[in-house]
Amino acid sequence: MRIKRVHVASLAVIAATGIASALVYARPAGGTISGKVTYEGTPAKPKPIDMSKEPSCAKQHATPITTETVVTGPNNSLENVVVYVSAGAPDENAPSQAAKFDQKGCQYIPHVLAFQVNQTLEIANDDQTSHNIHPLPKLNREWNKSQPPGTPAINEKYDKPEFIPVKCNIHPWMHGNFAVLKNSHYAVSKEDGSFSLPSLPPGKYTITAWHESYGEQTQDVTISGSETKTINFVFKARPY
Amino acid sequence: MNTHSARALRLALAMALILLVPSLGAAQAMESHIGKLTGHSESGKQLYFRYCWGCHGFRGEGNGENWAPTGTYATQPYLNIQPRNFAAGTFKCRSTPTGTLPTDEDLYNAIGRGFVMSNMPSWITLTDQNRADLIAFIKTFSPRWKTEKSGDPISVPAEPKLTVESIKHGQELFQKLECWKCHGPEGRGDGPSASTLTDSNDQPIRPYNFAVGSRFKCGTTNHDLYKIFMTGLDGTPMPSFADVVKPEEAWDLVHFLRTLQVTHKSPELALWQTTDEGKKEIASRRVEGTPTGSGIKQ
Repeated sequence: MRIKRVHVASLAVIAATGIASALVYARPAGGTISGKVTYEGTPAKPKPIDMSKEPSCAKQHATPITTETVVTGPNNSLENVVVYVSAGAPDENAPSQAAKFDQKGCQYIPHVLAFQVNQTLEIANDDQTSHNIHPLPKLNREWNKSQPPGTPAINEKYDKPEFIPVKCNIHPWMHGNFAVLKNSHYAVSKEDGSFSLPSLPPGKYTITAWHESYGEQTQDVTISGSETKTINFVFKARPY
Repeated sequence: MNTHSARALRLALAMALILLVPSLGAAQAMESHIGKLTGHSESGKQLYFRYCWGCHGFRGEGNGENWAPTGTYATQPYLNIQPRNFAAGTFKCRSTPTGTLPTDEDLYNAIGRGFVMSNMPSWITLTDQNRADLIAFIKTFSPRWKTEKSGDPISVPAEPKLTVESIKHGQELFQKLECWKCHGPEGRGDGPSASTLTDSNDQPIRPYNFAVGSRFKCGTTNHDLYKIFMTGLDGTPMPSFADVVKPEEAWDLVHFLRTLQVTHKSPELALWQTTDEGKKEIASRRVEGTPTGSGIKQ
């Protein structure tokens, strides 16, 4: 009786190690999901931002910059869309390197920053003016910190997945987004709308595309072996 | 396994159970601890549904019928500042760092004090026990109170002796930290960003006008003023300066801010008026607007 129980336990341990090592070793050789994000219809025209109240920032821009709530490229491509594995992949521990968010010319760079739960978020101020960095989460803790010029970077973390709008109350045109995600399988669409999610182990995944103005869409994709699958997302643009 | 260790194991299990039972109960009921007072949420519930829910709402979401009226005259809320949403677990007046939960005492003081310039009155007329009970009940609205502890109160060093140098240094800080962007160069709440400010619920909000000299949202003393800018008023545009102002410098800023309260008698203002520099600075201030600030366009 006793011997049998030991056997069962050791078998379980062996099986668990096998699965764990399979997961670890399968990753680099996995498949890829890639594609493009585009829009149909007429998106709102980006509006020029008046920075005359903040001369130190205004002079950094030869021509006035425009709002970034919808950023489009050639051939109806849609930039700044977070494409990520929302189901099918296990939650992952945060990587050790920090996700960097910069304030430069009274703009957030990047406009959309994706990073993982509990990953260090490093916020810097490269301007000659004070900013207050004020993310507005609903699920995570809400804090609001002043960051005058020349002060060290602010390090923070979020412990729950969430899309968080970010603003600076002093410069009301400043507006950005944090995407706090559960795993490392994410991408933010580039200027041509392209994205790529590499190193996906075989499996069935739900891929979500999130845009700050147009909401989210999902598609299910099954990956076997090291194949590359192409999926595209098309958002309905709104003229306002 | 001998009987001795078996008994020890049983004892340990029993102790674990005893420790576990109250914490299971606490998932429903909440307590507050203010000094020697212990508040109980069951008692606080009765009081909440008598005094508070008209504004703060059935679920504490700050949407009671005074804010979000229904029925025939449902066009305008009666209140121009939205009542606190307890479900969000974000609070203005804290002794704890930005992003953390306040202490029970912070909340207890807040309801005793009321909020100046808003519809929240002082509840000092309730007994101490009543207010402690209310705090316990308010903590049942947000799950944060079950998963997080209150933040550790920031340490406030003893206030140094008031000097002219301290006021002057505070004046420099007011410039350097760009407090004037919202509060205005003379602290009248009319800085370049003032008219665009919104709170975290997208409701318009005004920065404090020092020239009015009224109480602050979070108290009346120099100590309260110190805490306001070192913890920030969470849920509002007022950020925390704890990472960028050293504790000893913070007192200098407190001393200067007092001199901006031209209608409020304070040792700081009196001292500032005795110096040539201070006299000149006060004389140079604009006279437009009324002492109540009503002439200032927001």
